[in-house]
Amino acid sequence: MPKATVNNQVIEFDASEQLNCIQAAKKIGFEVPHYCWHPELSVVASCRMCLVEVGDTKPDGTVVMQPKLVPGCQTPVKEGTVVLADSPKVKAAQAATLEYLLLNHPLDCPTCDQAGECGLQDYSYKYGRGYSRLQEPKNQKPDKDHIGEQITLFTDRCIMCTRCVRFTREISGTAELFVTHRGTKEEIDVFPGEPCDNKLAGNVVDLCPVGALCSKDFLYEQRVWWLNSAKSVCPNCSTGCSITVDQNEDVVYRLKPRENPQAQGHFMCDEGRFGWKYQQREDRLAYPEQREAGRVVSYGWDDILPALRKQLQSTKGDRIGALLSPWMTVEEAYLLASFLTEISEHVRLAVAPAAIVGSDDRYPKDFRGQPLEPTKFTIRAEKAPNARGVDAVLKHFAKSPLTMSDLLAQASSGKLDALYLVGGDPNGWITAQQADAVKKVPLVVVQDILPSAVSPLAQYLLPGGTFAERDGVFVNHAGLAQEIHRAVRCPEGARPDGRILWDLSGRPGLFNAAQLRKEIAAQIPALAALHAGKLGDCGVWLSEGKTPSPPVTHLAGANR
Amino acid sequence: MAKFEPVLFARIQKNDSQALAGYRADGGYAALKKALGMAPADVTTMVKDSALRGRGGAGFPCGLKWTFLPKDHPGPIYLAVNADESEPGTFNNRILMEEDPHQLLEGIAIACHAIKSNTAYIYLRYEYGRSYRVLDAAIKECYAAGLLGKNILGTGFNLDVHLHRGAAAYICGEETGLIESLEGKRAWPRIKPPFPAVEGLFRKPTIVNNVETLCCVTHIVYRGVEWFKSMGVPPDPNNPRDPGSYGPKLYCVSGHVNKPTCVELPMGVTARELIDEHAGGVWKGRKAKAVVPGGISMGFLSAAELDTPLDFAGPGKAGCLGLGTAAVVVVDDHTSMVEVLYNCCRFMSHESCGQCTPCREGTSWMTRILERIRTGNGKVEDLDLLMEVAGSMGIIPGTTICGLSDGAAWPVKNAIQKFRGEFEEFIRTGQKLRGPAEALMAAH
Ligand SMILES: Cc1cc2nc3c(=O)[nH]c(=O)nc-3n(C[C@H](O)[C@H](O)[C@H](O)COP(=O)(O)O)c2cc1C
Ligand code: SF4
Ligand code: SF4
Ligand code: SF4
Ligand code: FES
Repeated sequence: MPKATVNNQVIEFDASEQLNCIQAAKKIGFEVPHYCWHPELSVVASCRMCLVEVGDTKPDGTVVMQPKLVPGCQTPVKEGTVVLADSPKVKAAQAATLEYLLLNHPLDCPTCDQAGECGLQDYSYKYGRGYSRLQEPKNQKPDKDHIGEQITLFTDRCIMCTRCVRFTREISGTAELFVTHRGTKEEIDVFPGEPCDNKLAGNVVDLCPVGALCSKDFLYEQRVWWLNSAKSVCPNCSTGCSITVDQNEDVVYRLKPRENPQAQGHFMCDEGRFGWKYQQREDRLAYPEQREAGRVVSYGWDDILPALRKQLQSTKGDRIGALLSPWMTVEEAYLLASFLTEISEHVRLAVAPAAIVGSDDRYPKDFRGQPLEPTKFTIRAEKAPNARGVDAVLKHFAKSPLTMSDLLAQASSGKLDALYLVGGDPNGWITAQQADAVKKVPLVVVQDILPSAVSPLAQYLLPGGTFAERDGVFVNHAGLAQEIHRAVRCPEGARPDGRILWDLSGRPGLFNAAQLRKEIAAQIPALAALHAGKLGDCGVWLSEGKTPSPPVTHLAGANR
Repeated sequence: MAKFEPVLFARIQKNDSQALAGYRADGGYAALKKALGMAPADVTTMVKDSALRGRGGAGFPCGLKWTFLPKDHPGPIYLAVNADESEPGTFNNRILMEEDPHQLLEGIAIACHAIKSNTAYIYLRYEYGRSYRVLDAAIKECYAAGLLGKNILGTGFNLDVHLHRGAAAYICGEETGLIESLEGKRAWPRIKPPFPAVEGLFRKPTIVNNVETLCCVTHIVYRGVEWFKSMGVPPDPNNPRDPGSYGPKLYCVSGHVNKPTCVELPMGVTARELIDEHAGGVWKGRKAKAVVPGGISMGFLSAAELDTPLDFAGPGKAGCLGLGTAAVVVVDDHTSMVEVLYNCCRFMSHESCGQCTPCREGTSWMTRILERIRTGNGKVEDLDLLMEVAGSMGIIPGTTICGLSDGAAWPVKNAIQKFRGEFEEFIRTGQKLRGPAEALMAAH
């Protein structure tokens, strides 16, 4: 294994790793400050925040240092490379670069959204000189709220790292952003009438190391130090981007992508980033209801769940139907399927199809909108988070799972006495016409987050949680199982679905997703990879090695 | 020594010096014919042996650069002719292009043969309208005469020359900025490696050479290596890395002289000789206070340093950045160095492409400090701050991508080191300057 040294500590690395000095320093846990470099973007080495000293070890063991500073981001580390990232010369250069970057910076931290998670604040504190020697007036540049529907630019705060520009050129390929003017008068801008509204646009806000590009959605909503982040997974498509859900006092304020090389990489799409607002809808199902003859007889979980359990247990097994949802977690699907199949192995299990919208949307795109190879980001047509996870559970419990239409056909032809329907898809999962089919079923249970055509018809209405309110596992298009974690509580009387199903099953104690995963792994060979319970920040592959995403039509119940 | 006969400028006084017929009558395109009879590698060797160094500013050995091209590359390989001439005080390329375009085109064709390129781009400074028209006509003449295009002079060598008007910015002359601009992008210099010879224009191996360099190539092939090395300054025997400064050089002299000029002389003439013998002396009977040796980015020689030989090594020994473009700008003793330096800084901050933090912010900061000093609000400590800022920027300390920044730092370093007394007195006595500089500032 090649060896190099960083700050006189030896590091070992694989020759294929192609490390730069920033990455090499990370191996000893040392931060080389940087702005313009980003692992997913081309190297421009222009901000000069990452300057280091480097040298080579000659065959006789002597070290020859280069006389000049070099950008760590641009300089490869090879066998025998010597990197000094904390020498007095390096520290002086860091202080000088920061003084330059702050010369024209408005220092309006008190009103800046980025304060608290700002690259300028953090580095100035760690590497800066503490005060500026500029005595002249600072540049003043106009703010630009026309950058995009979701994006505004505080032009004065920009440090010209061009990450945002490179993102739109290299990742989205849409190239809306560019640099205009020259020298200290430079500004980021868009062409008139061509705002940065591509479906990946929100990422430029995350990429911006300072408070220049801001999200209009999040603007002035919260100081970031009040936010707590829960690690989670975006549920809006089967890509399953790793994210954080940032909340304060049970209110979600934003989603941000979380780096996961196994899932999506560094980014997320705007459909996912801004597509969670249903979580805050006024008409969320908020209380459980037990109804008799159209009249609510109970709002109490403690009455409802035992009553429902009893009623289901006294129904003839082959006259019980259940529709699972690709929005359920693996654990929820397991709890429901195992509870019902314990009543009878003849229960009829189906899963609702994952909504397919258009076709996979691949980036970067060329100027005609055609995707270019290699693909760097895909927004998938399959608009559900866990079709594969639920499918794996279902296949274990049902020899031949039904499709949703089969199940509804059986309902309308009077073959069912009880029907348990799980929703969860915020864009709707059942039409009025389909809902009509359940009218012949004496016992209809609906577990969902929002009202639907079928919720008024339910004898039991069980309000569940959104992805932000639950714990469990989603399996993405490629078979990557990732944990979601509860960030906020469900509205009022609603409960996370895992807890509802745990209690309905009459299991003792509390629902604990990680514990339950061990049981699932032991029961279901296809899900054996979940055996550790905790899956780590990046998740685990269900099968060894990355499996290609099977075409969605081959999944149980895929045709609606 | 026999009286020096101009070679590069031999034809510029002639009537109709631009026309192909006249050029051929004077022996033109014989060098190309000779070169095409040689193997490309032999032409490269010849240029290498001549020790020709680039005239564009950096003085890199020309033949050596050509050998950096990847061996046996399937092509295309490009030649990019740097005709962006924007270094203040420099105008020799312009004369070459306007008065003797075929000398350049012949050099281009020889170079392309040597580097196995079938495509050359002339990246022409936008403001050079006359050069454009003259070159355009000359190129058309060459196509018509079988000197460009397919099967040149019946040898099977093909070459297309494209004339491209530049994007009108100083930074477009930096070779990788030029390449980006030629590709239709903003002229932001690229990080190196890869160097253009390995990956340049359209990601293909590319040689960038200055107009005067290529004109020299014509004569090296025509007159031989010995002729070229018969003039100039041999390498310093104590410096193994000095390739010497051979050949003729076009020196531009401007500023406070009686007769601004561009004159061809053997490498190594002193600044004093240029001013007194070729430019009619300092104007108005005054004395020179400071002299720019090779475009403002090279810094200043003081009055005591006027005997510095202007070869590639000379100005450096006097603390300047280098010979640069050998464009001498004379500052007389009635002129304030505060104003001169302010003007240099103003230019550089206006021209900084803005990629690198130290250059983008440093050039503008230095300008603002000097603006403050010249309007009577300076402090003596500002001079140290200027020195610190100047010392922190450039490819020499390693803090920037291209040399514009070194060229912005050098005038500041030289002026404050060599004229500190004047600056201090200016500040202490509360002097104020108003005048043209401010008007220029507003013109941005
Ligand atoms: C800021 C900057 C501006 C430059 N402008 C020019 C120019 O206008 N013309 C030129 O020939 N070289 C210019 N150069 C030098 C080129 O980068 C390059 O060294 C030269 O074109 C190489 O040709 P040569 O080897 O024939 O001199 C410039 C360099 C810098 C850093
Ligand atoms: S807006 Fe932000 S990301 Fe874009 S160049 Fe400026 S600082 Fe960098
Ligand atoms: S690509 Fe899919 S998973 Fe990722 S953010 Fe968009 S909708 Fe969510
Ligand atoms: S040194 Fe200056 S001109 Fe050169 S690339 Fe950097 S910012 Fe641009
Ligand atoms: S991170 Fe290396 S120069 Fe910007």
